[in-house]
Amino acid sequence: MAISKVVGLETEYGIVHRGVDDPNPITASSLLINAYLARCEATGRRAATQRVSWDFEDETPGVDARGFTPTGARPPTVDSHLVNAVLTNGARYYVDHAHPEMSTPECLNARSAVLYDRAGELILAESMQAAGEMLGGGQELIAYKNNSDGKGNSYGTHENYLMDRTTPFSRIVANATVHFVTRQIFIGAGKVGSEIAGTGIAEVPYQLTQRADFFEEEVGLETTLKRPIINTRDEPHADAQLYRRLHVIVGDANMSQYATWLKVGSTLLVLAMCEDDQFEPSIAFRSPVLALRNVSQDLTLRAPLRLADGTTATAIEIQAEIIEAAERYIERYGTAGAGGDDAIDVLSAWREVVEGLERDPVQVADRVDWVAKRQLIDAYRNRDSIEWNDPRLRALDLQYHDMRPERSLAARLGLRRLVTDDEALLAGSEPPHDTRAYFRGRCLQRFPDAIVAANWDSLVFDTGDAPLRRVPMMEPTRGSRAHVGDLIDQCDNVKDLLSKLDS
Amino acid sequence: MADQKRPQTPAPSKQRPQDQSQPAAEGSSLADGLDDILDEIDEVLETNAEEFVKSYVQKGGE
Repeated sequence: MAISKVVGLETEYGIVHRGVDDPNPITASSLLINAYLARCEATGRRAATQRVSWDFEDETPGVDARGFTPTGARPPTVDSHLVNAVLTNGARYYVDHAHPEMSTPECLNARSAVLYDRAGELILAESMQAAGEMLGGGQELIAYKNNSDGKGNSYGTHENYLMDRTTPFSRIVANATVHFVTRQIFIGAGKVGSEIAGTGIAEVPYQLTQRADFFEEEVGLETTLKRPIINTRDEPHADAQLYRRLHVIVGDANMSQYATWLKVGSTLLVLAMCEDDQFEPSIAFRSPVLALRNVSQDLTLRAPLRLADGTTATAIEIQAEIIEAAERYIERYGTAGAGGDDAIDVLSAWREVVEGLERDPVQVADRVDWVAKRQLIDAYRNRDSIEWNDPRLRALDLQYHDMRPERSLAARLGLRRLVTDDEALLAGSEPPHDTRAYFRGRCLQRFPDAIVAANWDSLVFDTGDAPLRRVPMMEPTRGSRAHVGDLIDQCDNVKDLLSKLDS
Repeated sequence: MADQKRPQTPAPSKQRPQDQSQPAAEGSSLADGLDDILDEIDEVLETNAEEFVKSYVQKGGE
């Protein structure tokens, strides 16, 4: 049976530093996060953020899921990040290369992932405000939740799914590729132009996704060069005998909560089907990389994609097949491997959106980012009779993703929401109750001074009398409120907690 | 090889009743407000779009 899938989202934000002569993105990212941490401490919020250092002992990003580390491949480097905070909601907020990055805590379903993704957006917004006040002198830090600067530089929004180690990796590659290529029709955040060398604005004035231009391989370890549709980083942050983590790098940052929900929820269903070997669509693309680009550049959604068997199918047709397979799957296997009851809501919403896209994309403009952005851009072009190469359209594109609430264009479009900002504000400090993020977050709330390091799969405590104690958390669904809620509540100090954990 | 159409299961057809009665209702909420939004955008759009777009450079991702 498919396992309960723990999900986490990583979002690298674009960063702009205004009011300085020679802005440095690393400095800007550090300032942004430090401003947030300082504000939390200054305002003495109960769930103040702790500057706990990240522990890299178990991080092995160069290990390949195919079982070997290819020579010549360049595994991503783990550097000692300048700022690296673990938040009381179990998230990690840090500087990754030259971007501020928010990694959500571990979530058990797509709706929970949306909640913590939105919580992250609100933390970014508060960070920008705090930084503006701290810096003064007309300086401003601005974050953008997008994936491209329009000049060939891309940064990622990655999804992570815990999977059963016994599922053959080749099956994951085969099944997931079909979904990743075709889900672009509803997960795309939209982009003016193309960043493929030699492709001008006349050929591709607008496309569905931010990211498709940047993928050159079908399978591989890279994340910054020759990006693959299936990334093989095998770093489960959990018991590696039992689990793997599917690290998905081929997706856009969504401003639409609904799109994030469908992106994660549909993928959970596909991966559950994969684990149970019930992914029925027997489809392989002749060239997945080409198909990825074709889907992204086809605003009609009706381009025939070449399949390995010599036939063709459209992205909508393939998505319809996947949806029908998913409906049959949950009738027989239930939803335990795909996020529980939330999967039922996902499935009907997913079908509605794909049907709406087939009839007329305008019908899903309140749920699908590329459609919403396209409507806005078309209305602006028509009003002022401007051409596609007008920089105002690229400015609109960027500003759709602006994280300042008063400047965000996405925020003005009435996109459907799944969570309220009150819920998301609370989720900025409170962890999910149903994964190990609960243990991490609650320990940070209760015993902040005793935690010296944290990682996804462990906490390191300093009880005052040496040695330091590492508490492993190799099972991502343990450490939930049901497991440790009472225990943490009953302990007055960390020594008490550790002795109770031992017993 | 010719582009032979792949044998297909039919596209989704389980229309929900509300979809049939109001085929465009769901999306119209965006379109209705677009004129107002365009006026607002003129106020919030970066004043020098060309300079803004040019200076937006993001290196070193992932």
